[in-house]
Amino acid sequence: MSDVNYSTEIGAEKQTEHAAPEAAPEAAAGLAQAIDPSLLTAKPPAETLARDRVFGIENLTASYGGTPAIRDVSFEIYQRMVTAIIGPSGCGKSTFIRCLNRMNDVIPNFKTEGRILYYDVDLMGRHIDPVGVRRRIGMVFQRPNPFPKSIYENIAYGPRILGLKKDLDERVEKALRQAALWDEVKDRLKRSAWSLSGGQQQRLCIARCLAIEPDVILMDEPASALDPIATTRIEDLMHELKRDYTIVVVTHNMQQAARVADMTAFFNISKGGEGERSGVLVEYDDTKTIFTQPTDPRTEDYVTGRFG
Amino acid sequence: MTVAQERSPGPAALVRRGRFRPGDAVLYVVTAAAAFTGIALLVLISDEVLREAWPAMQKFGLHFLTTQAWGDNNKTLFGAKSFIYGTIVTSFGALLLATPISLAIALFLSELAPRWIRAFVAPLIELLAAIPSVVLGLWGILVLGPFITGTLGPAIHGSLGWLPIFASKPTVGSNMFAAILILTIMMVPIVSSICRELFVGVPSELKDGALALGATRWEVVRGVVFPYARAGIAAALILGLGRALGEAIAVTQVIGNNVAIHADLFKPGDTLASRIAGQYQGADTALQVASLVYLAVILLVFSLIANLAAQLIVRRVAGRHQIR
Amino acid sequence: MSAQVPTSDLFRSEHLRRRTIVNKTIELLATVAALAAVAVLIIVVGSVVRRGWGALNLDFFTQNQTIYSGFGPRPASGVANAIVGTLIIIGIAIVMALPVGVATAIYLNELAPRKLAGVLTLAFDVLNGIPAIVLGIFVFVFVVVGHGQAAWKASFALAILMVPLIARSTQEVLALVPISMREASLALGAAKWRTTISVVLPQAVGGIVTGATLATARAAGETAPLLFTSALYSADTMTYDPRQPLASIPMFIFTSAEQADPVLHEQAWGAAAVLIGIILIASLIARGFADRSVRRLKGER
Repeated sequence: MSDVNYSTEIGAEKQTEHAAPEAAPEAAAGLAQAIDPSLLTAKPPAETLARDRVFGIENLTASYGGTPAIRDVSFEIYQRMVTAIIGPSGCGKSTFIRCLNRMNDVIPNFKTEGRILYYDVDLMGRHIDPVGVRRRIGMVFQRPNPFPKSIYENIAYGPRILGLKKDLDERVEKALRQAALWDEVKDRLKRSAWSLSGGQQQRLCIARCLAIEPDVILMDEPASALDPIATTRIEDLMHELKRDYTIVVVTHNMQQAARVADMTAFFNISKGGEGERSGVLVEYDDTKTIFTQPTDPRTEDYVTGRFG
Repeated sequence: MTVAQERSPGPAALVRRGRFRPGDAVLYVVTAAAAFTGIALLVLISDEVLREAWPAMQKFGLHFLTTQAWGDNNKTLFGAKSFIYGTIVTSFGALLLATPISLAIALFLSELAPRWIRAFVAPLIELLAAIPSVVLGLWGILVLGPFITGTLGPAIHGSLGWLPIFASKPTVGSNMFAAILILTIMMVPIVSSICRELFVGVPSELKDGALALGATRWEVVRGVVFPYARAGIAAALILGLGRALGEAIAVTQVIGNNVAIHADLFKPGDTLASRIAGQYQGADTALQVASLVYLAVILLVFSLIANLAAQLIVRRVAGRHQIR
Repeated sequence: MSAQVPTSDLFRSEHLRRRTIVNKTIELLATVAALAAVAVLIIVVGSVVRRGWGALNLDFFTQNQTIYSGFGPRPASGVANAIVGTLIIIGIAIVMALPVGVATAIYLNELAPRKLAGVLTLAFDVLNGIPAIVLGIFVFVFVVVGHGQAAWKASFALAILMVPLIARSTQEVLALVPISMREASLALGAAKWRTTISVVLPQAVGGIVTGATLATARAAGETAPLLFTSALYSADTMTYDPRQPLASIPMFIFTSAEQADPVLHEQAWGAAAVLIGIILIASLIARGFADRSVRRLKGER
C-alpha cells in the first residue's frame, strides 16, 4: 500500500498565512464575466479560508505500452499553494504532472488507471475533452518554447483561439505584467519572441499561459534550462503567482523545492513484483516537515543527499 | 644495421614531391569535371536552344508572345499567345486544386492518422508519383475523357454553367479541364510528400506548447505548424507548379491541341510543352522548327524562374531554422 | 473538502463545442483527401491492369509491331522490338550517367570547398527541374538536326535527366560514411584518392545502386526526350543498332493511344502494365537497397 504521509492541520495553517487576495480575483472574475458565463462560476470564490482541494489523485497508475511509469499514486493538491514534486530522475515526476492536464494523451499507447479529481470532476472521464481541461490547467515546459511569432502574437495566441478578440492589447499587457516581463518588452512587442534571452523566453511562456486565465499552472522543471539569476526570477514569480493560481512544480533541485514550495511530494523508484521499475509516491507533507522531519527513511535519504 | 633501420625507410623517404600526388590530381580533375557538367549543361542548353530559335526570334521578336497563330498564312506566321495562355490556365488551375488537397494529405499523414495507416497510405501516394506521364495520358484519353463528356462535365455544367469557365457542355473528352485534372493528379504526390516532411519536422515542443494552451489539433496546425513551415510550403508549391508547367506528354494527349483561346475550360486548348510535343512528327519548314524552339525558350525561362525561386526559398529556410 | 464549483459545465461552453466541430470537420476533410488520392491510384492502376491484362500473351512479348491495314486477318503483333529498344536506350543511358553522377557526388561531398559545392549543387538542382521536353529539344538541336535521330541520342537526353538523381543519391550515402573511417585510412598513410576509392566508395555502393535504380525507373517512363531523338513507331523488324532510332515502350504507348484501333489500345494498356510493373519492381529494389545500406552504415558507428 502507499506510504503516503501528510498532515491536514499543518496544511490548513499554511493556507491562512496567505492573506485573501484583494483585487486580483475580482478583476479576474469581472473579466471572465465579460466573456463567458461558464468561466465565471468555474473559478472558486476567494473567500473560502479552509484549505480547498483542487486535485484529488486516487490510485493513479500511468503506463506507456504496458510498463507502468507511476503506480498507485494518491494524494491531494490544494488551492493557491505551490506544490513541489521532487524525486530522482526516472521516478515519473514528469509523467505525473502531464497527467494533470491530459498532455500524455498525445503519446501513443499511453494508459491510465485510477482517478484524478479536479474539484469534483474526474479528468479521466470519457466525456471530458482535453481541450477544455488544458484551458483551465496550463503548463510551462522545461525548455522555453515560444512560437515563431512576435512577443505580442505569442501572448495573443491563447485568447484568440478562445474567441477573445476584443481588448487583446490589455490582456497581453496584463499577462506580461503578471509574468514580470512587461517593462523589459513593452517597447518591442512586435519583435520575434526568439530574440529574447532564455530566462525572458520562459517568462514569456508563463505570460502566454496566464493570458487565458487558467486556474492551475503546472510547471515541469521550469528553471532547469536557465542560469541562476533567471532561475531566481522564476522562483520569485512563483511566490507572486500563488496568490491567484494553484501551482504544481516538478523539480529535480531540492533546494528550489525548499525555497518555493508550501507542500512537497517525494516520488521514488520502486521495484515491482516482476522487477519492473516504476515511480511511487513515498511521502507528501508540508515542505518544512519533508526537509526537517521526514517520516519515511527513503525521504530522509533523498533530502540529505544520500542518493539521487 | 639493425632490423629497425632496415625496416623503416629513413627520414629522407618521408619527403615526397611536396603535397602533390598524381593519384590525387587525377581524382580531383576527373570528379571536378563531372561536377561542373551541371553548370556546363545549363549554359549549353540555353545557348543551343537560343541559337536554334534565333531565326524565329529575329523574325517575330517579342510579338511572338502576343500572336495567336500557328502555321497561318501558309506556314509563315507563328505565335505563342495561345500556348502561354493555356500553360498559365492549366498550371494555375491545377495548383488551385492541388494546394488544399496536398496540404490535407500532408496533415493526414503527419498529424492525424494512426501510425499503421500512415505506413500503409504513404507508399501508395508515392506510387502515384511514379506513374509515368504517358500512362496517365493514356488513362486520360481512354478513361477520364469519356467520363468527363459523359458524367462529370454535364454535372458541372448543369450546376455551375453560369460561370464562364464552364459555359459549354464538353463534346470531346480532350479539353483544358481534362488537362487540369491530370496535372492535379501529378502535382499532389510531389507537393504532399514535401509538405509532409515539413510538418513532421516542426519541433514537438512547439506543438506541445500550443496544445497546453488548450488548442484543438486544427488550431495547433493553423497557429504553429503552418506558420513554421510556411516557406517550405511555398517552395513545395512552386516546385509542383514547375512540374506542371513542363509537363508535355500527358497534357498533349488530353488537351485537344487547339490554337483557339477560350475562357471555357471544356473547350480544347494547348500549352507550350504540349505544342512542342505535338510537333514531333516533323516540322516542315525551317521557320517552323525555329518557332518550335522559340516555344522551348519561353518554356525554359518559365521553368528556370520557378525552379530557382523554389531552390532559393529552400536554401533560405534551411539557414533560418538552424538559428535558434 | 472541495470548493463549490459547478462541475457539469466546468469544461464545456458553446465556443468549445464550435471549435470541436471545426476540428472534426477538418480531420474529416483531410481523411477524405487522402482516401481520394489512394482511390485515384487504385482507379488508374486498376484500369491499366484490367484493360491490359488481355494483351499480355506470348505474342505480345515475342512479336514485333506490325502495321495492320484493316483488311484481312490480323497478323500476330507484339512489342518485342519496343522492349528491346527500351532496354538498349536505357542501358546506354546508365552507362553515360552513372560515372558522371558518381564522380560528381565524390567531388561535391569529398573534395570541393563548401561554397563551390553549394553553387554546383544548385546548378544540378536547377538542371533537375528542366522539363524533359526541353531536354529533348536541346538534344534535337544539338546533335539531331542535320544528322538524324538515333537511339544513343535518346540515351544522351535521358542521361542528362538521370545524372542529378544519381548524384544526389550517392551524395546522401557518402555523407553517411563516418569521418573516422576516412581519418583512419589517411592516418595509415594512404593517399586521399586511395582513401576515397578503396575505403569510402565501397561503403556507398548500396546508395549508388539505389540511385541508379531509381533513375532508371524514372527514365524508363519518360517519353518526351524520345519524341525528337528516337521516335520510331511502326517498325516491324527487330533492330539493335543504337545509331538508328529504335522503338520503345513509351513511344509505343504514346502513339497507340492516338490510334482508333481498339486492339492497339489493349496493347497500349498491356505495355503500360509492363511499364508500371518494371517501375514498381525497380522502386522496391531501390528501397530495399537503401534501407540495407543505411542500416549498415548507421550500425557500424
